[in-house]
Amino acid sequence: MQPLLYDNTLDTLFMVWWSTFYAVLFGVPAGVLLHLTARGAILQNVVVNKVLGAIVNVGRSFPFLILIVVLIPFTRLLVGVSIGPTGAVVPLAIAAIPFFARLVEAALREVDHGLVEAAQAMGGGTWTIVFKVLLPQALPALVAAVTTTVIQLIGYSAIAGAVGGGGLGNLAYTYGYQQYETSLMITTVVELILLVTVVQLLGDLVVRRLARRGTRPSSVVRVGLRRARTEEPAAVTEAA
Amino acid sequence: MTEFPVITTTGLTKVYRSGDRDVTALDGVDLHVREGEVYGVIGQSGAGKSTLIRCLNLLERPTSGTVTVAGQELTSIAGRGKRAGARLRAARSHIGMVFQHFNLLSSRTVQDNVELPLEILKVDRRERSRKALELLDLVGLADKAKAYPAQLSGGQKQRVGIARALAGDPKVLLSDEATSALDPETTRSILTLLRDLNRQLGLTIVLITHEMDVVKTICDSAALMKNGRVVEQGTVAELLATPGSELARELFPVGGEPSADDRTVVDVTFHGSAATRPVISELARTYNVDISILGAAMDTVGGKQIGRMRIELPGRFEENVVPIGFLREQGLQVDVAEVADTADAADLTIPAPAAQLQKEGAK
Repeated sequence: MQPLLYDNTLDTLFMVWWSTFYAVLFGVPAGVLLHLTARGAILQNVVVNKVLGAIVNVGRSFPFLILIVVLIPFTRLLVGVSIGPTGAVVPLAIAAIPFFARLVEAALREVDHGLVEAAQAMGGGTWTIVFKVLLPQALPALVAAVTTTVIQLIGYSAIAGAVGGGGLGNLAYTYGYQQYETSLMITTVVELILLVTVVQLLGDLVVRRLARRGTRPSSVVRVGLRRARTEEPAAVTEAA
Repeated sequence: MTEFPVITTTGLTKVYRSGDRDVTALDGVDLHVREGEVYGVIGQSGAGKSTLIRCLNLLERPTSGTVTVAGQELTSIAGRGKRAGARLRAARSHIGMVFQHFNLLSSRTVQDNVELPLEILKVDRRERSRKALELLDLVGLADKAKAYPAQLSGGQKQRVGIARALAGDPKVLLSDEATSALDPETTRSILTLLRDLNRQLGLTIVLITHEMDVVKTICDSAALMKNGRVVEQGTVAELLATPGSELARELFPVGGEPSADDRTVVDVTFHGSAATRPVISELARTYNVDISILGAAMDTVGGKQIGRMRIELPGRFEENVVPIGFLREQGLQVDVAEVADTADAADLTIPAPAAQLQKEGAK
C-alpha cells in the first residue's frame, strides 16, 4: 500500500507541476495582453481584447470533466497518449491557462496607473512598462495567483485521476471508493489536504516577503507580533 | 533667464469625449515659457492645468494645437497612434517630470528607482550607478540609496522623484502638483530644492499648483487658468503692472478698512524702478499729508521691491487727486479701492492728462 501511495503522489505532483508550468508560460502573456489591450490602456485594441477575452471565457466555462473528453483527440495529437499523468497534463494546462490569465489581468490592474505614466514620461516603451513596471510591481499578486492556480490544479488533478489520469484522485477513487478501502481513501484525502495547506502557506509566505519589501528593515525582523501589527497599516497605505 | 522660449504651445486644445458629450479641458492655450525660468500655472481643480502639463510631454494627446519643447515640435513627431513612437520617447527622456504622488516603484530601491530612466536610455550599469548616486547626493539623500520608498517620508520620496526626473539631463522639469501631498514645512524644503536646481543647473521648471504660496515662493512667471483657458500670464512684475490683474491681487493680497468715512483708500502697486525709492515718505513730505498704511504685501526680488500696499489719505477722493497724481508720476500704479468691496479693488483710474492738469493747477 505504501509504494502505491508514493507512486500516485509523484503522479499528482508531476501533473500539477507541468500544468502549472504551462499555465504560467501561456497565462502570463495572455493576461498581459488582456491588460494592455483593454480600453484606455497603452495598447488599446478592442478586437484583440474582445477575441482573447472570449477565448478565455469559453475556456473557463467548460466543466473540467467535459474538457478532458473534448480534448482527447488534441491530447493524443500533442503527447501521443490521452490517459495517464502525461495525458492529463494537457487538459489540466488548457483549463489552467485562462484561469491564470484572468488572475494575471486582475493583478496588473491593481498596479497604480501613475507608475505607468511615470515610465512613459521617462521615455519608456511598452517593453519597459511591462517588464520594469507592471510585472515587478504586481509580483506579490502574481505569486498569490500562482498559489491559487496550483491549488485549483490539485483539485482538478484529482478529477483527472478519476478518469484515468493517475495520481491521488485515481487512487482514492479506484482503491478507496470502488474497492471499499476506506482507510486508503481517508489517507489520500488527508494527503491532499496537507498538500493544499502546504502550498497555501508557502505561497502566503512568499507573498508577505515580497509585499513587505522595505516596510521592515531586516534588523528588526525578530521584533514580536505587536510591532508587526503596527507596521501593517504602513504597508497597506503604500500598496494603495 | 534668457528670452529664448524653451516651451511654446499654440492653440492647444483638448476635448474629451465622455459618453455623447464633449468636455473641453483645454481651449486654445498659448503658453510661452522662457529658458531658465520657473513658470507656475495656477488654477482651481478642473481648470485644466493638469491636462495642460500632461500635454507638454504628450502623456495626453492634444486634440489640436502644437507643443514645442527645446526646439522640437513634439506634436509633429508624435505620429497619429496612441502609442508613443521612438522619437517621442527619446524626446520625453529629456523632459523630467515629478508627480503629486511621487510614483516611485515600491519594488525597487531608491537607487534603482533613479536608475530606471537610465536603463531606458540604455546607459551601462556602472555609469547608471554613478549617476544615480550623484543625483541622490544632489537632492540630499545619498545615505538612502539602498532604502525602499516605503521607508521614506513624503518629502524624501519627492526628492527621489526629483532625482529620477533629473536622470535624463533634462532642460525642462514638469512638476505636477509636486508639493500638494506634503505638509507646509516639507513643501518649503522641496520648493527650495527646486529653486536651487533651477539656479544651479539652469533648469527650466513648469509647475502646476493650486497653492498661491507656491507661485509666490519660487515662480518668475505665472499663468492663471480658468475653464481651460489661460486668462493671464506673464512675469510677476508684468502681472503686477497689469491693471486689474487677478493674479497680482491674489499674489499680493491687501486688505484693510478705512478708519473714517471721509478718507480715500488707494492701492499702490510697486513694480520696477520707483520701488527702490521711499515714495510714500516723499509723498508725505511733499504734500504734507498724513498717510496710514492699512495693509501691505511686499517682497524684495532682485533688490527691487515689488508688491502692493493699501494706504489711506485724509479727505475724499476729490481732495486727493494731486497726491495720487504724484504717485502715478513716480511710475506706480494706483487704484482707488472700492471701500465697500475691499477684496476687489476697483479699477477707477482717472486719465493721466487730467491728473497732470490738476497737479499743474495745484502748483
